Amino acid sequence: MNVDILTHEKSISKTRARMAIADCDIHPSPKSVEIEIFPFLSKRWQEYMKTYGVIYRQGFPTGPAFPKGQPNAARRDSYPTSGGKPGSDLAFMQSQHLGPNNIQLGVLNPLQCAQGVQNQDFSAAYCNAVNQWQIEQWTSKDHRLKASLMVPYEDPLASVKEIEKWAGNEHFIQVLLLSRTAEPLGQRKYWPIYDAACRAGLPVAVHAFGYGGAPVTGGGWPSFYIEEMVGHAQNTQSLLTSMVIEGVFEKFPTLKLILIEAGFAWLPALSWRLDKLWDRMRDEIPHVSRPPSQLIREHVWLTTQPMEEPEETNQLLDTIEWIGWENLLFATDYPHWDYDDPSRAMPIKIGKQQKEGFFLNNALKLYGLDQ
Amino acid sequence: MPKYVIGTVEQIPPGNRKLVEIRGRQIAIFNLNGDFFGILDRCPHQGASLCRGQIVGLVESEEPGEYKFSRQNEIIRCPWHGWEFDIRTGRSRCEPNKIRATQYPVTVNDKDQLTDGEYITETFDVDVEGQFLVITV
Ligand code: FES
Repeated sequence: MNVDILTHEKSISKTRARMAIADCDIHPSPKSVEIEIFPFLSKRWQEYMKTYGVIYRQGFPTGPAFPKGQPNAARRDSYPTSGGKPGSDLAFMQSQHLGPNNIQLGVLNPLQCAQGVQNQDFSAAYCNAVNQWQIEQWTSKDHRLKASLMVPYEDPLASVKEIEKWAGNEHFIQVLLLSRTAEPLGQRKYWPIYDAACRAGLPVAVHAFGYGGAPVTGGGWPSFYIEEMVGHAQNTQSLLTSMVIEGVFEKFPTLKLILIEAGFAWLPALSWRLDKLWDRMRDEIPHVSRPPSQLIREHVWLTTQPMEEPEETNQLLDTIEWIGWENLLFATDYPHWDYDDPSRAMPIKIGKQQKEGFFLNNALKLYGLDQ
Repeated sequence: MPKYVIGTVEQIPPGNRKLVEIRGRQIAIFNLNGDFFGILDRCPHQGASLCRGQIVGLVESEEPGEYKFSRQNEIIRCPWHGWEFDIRTGRSRCEPNKIRATQYPVTVNDKDQLTDGEYITETFDVDVEGQFLVITV
């Protein structure tokens, strides 16, 4: 911030009755990796990390491929008053977000970048450390929060081990992958992960971003951050197409897939296109026995943030109808800069049942927390 | 419309800002080189506190590869999604005719002007010396 004086005469927001919300995308950060993650890493990996750092599978090895639209990709008002990075202080998150927005369920998706790391053994140890850290620092301290099971997905067997280690643990409600993987996510290399997730009764969530080594677009490395932002939709369409066409949902009929932070308005067009071509090329992929749109409706959920914002707000409702009201899960992306505010994100009046589903019940049902 | 005395000129040096509450409304007061502006502290997009945004200049371009930078420190960029608002007019940069941050005029008054009953001084003690900022809400 170039001007740092902010005198607040009074800035306590008024509390008013708000509906309960499930926020399916919250990003926690450690205050520092050394202080909060190292206790869960063996000395060997602590030394390794200090000496060699974390090497990702990406073209620009010294940092994220693009700087973000705001520092740390964060809302400028999300820096904890105690210091440290946005999302690194539970008490501040409670007072700025969980309390005022009446978050009943908050799904943590740590983007600690333990995933997509080239040293597979280190990636596995780092994922495991972040899993322990989520319980220690977050979910055991605030029962509204639930953890995501981080797996080193480029090593599916190590991923299976990590899933089996935690299966049945109530702190974890999904297995987390990132969208930019070394191969398209439908390919058989990744199937053991889906198998283990189904056995553990956990949905598989795929959050946009990651380090797959390939550009975010199908046409090369773009020049601007804004291209990366819209590129997530493209990249996620590719992984979803791959999962449908390779037959993942046929092979694992109980698999639930959650696509996080990639938008959703593209889904109807993709489904129509897939159905049309599936009619014509069934013999190429005889293992896909039903129209792709049906498989998608039954197996796929999408988080809402960042919501598309068409000028004609009614068009948003049409789009949601085409996707299915039950298939969307509200998310804020707190504390990131492209945060959606629960009281303002839905720009149009919707029915009570739809509203409760959209903001809360769809998520509770999907995660089995509605009993 | 009532006029509220919100402080002295010295309290908000050039380039700075201050958040005040008047009649239940949070209003951000900016000092741009001695000119004062009041903007409702609620972004018209999703309601973020504009006061906590970054103050930037205006970057414009006639064609790819050419840039013009002007109006340094006269644009407030929302702390959430980065919409830019002209502090002097409240107009957004993306859709200036449609999307605006609500503005409240701020004037600089001498102490002797504040006595004629039109001014409400309950939010600020005017017993001190100096010039006073007055906002019309
Ligand atoms: S709330 Fe200000 S740009 Fe969205």
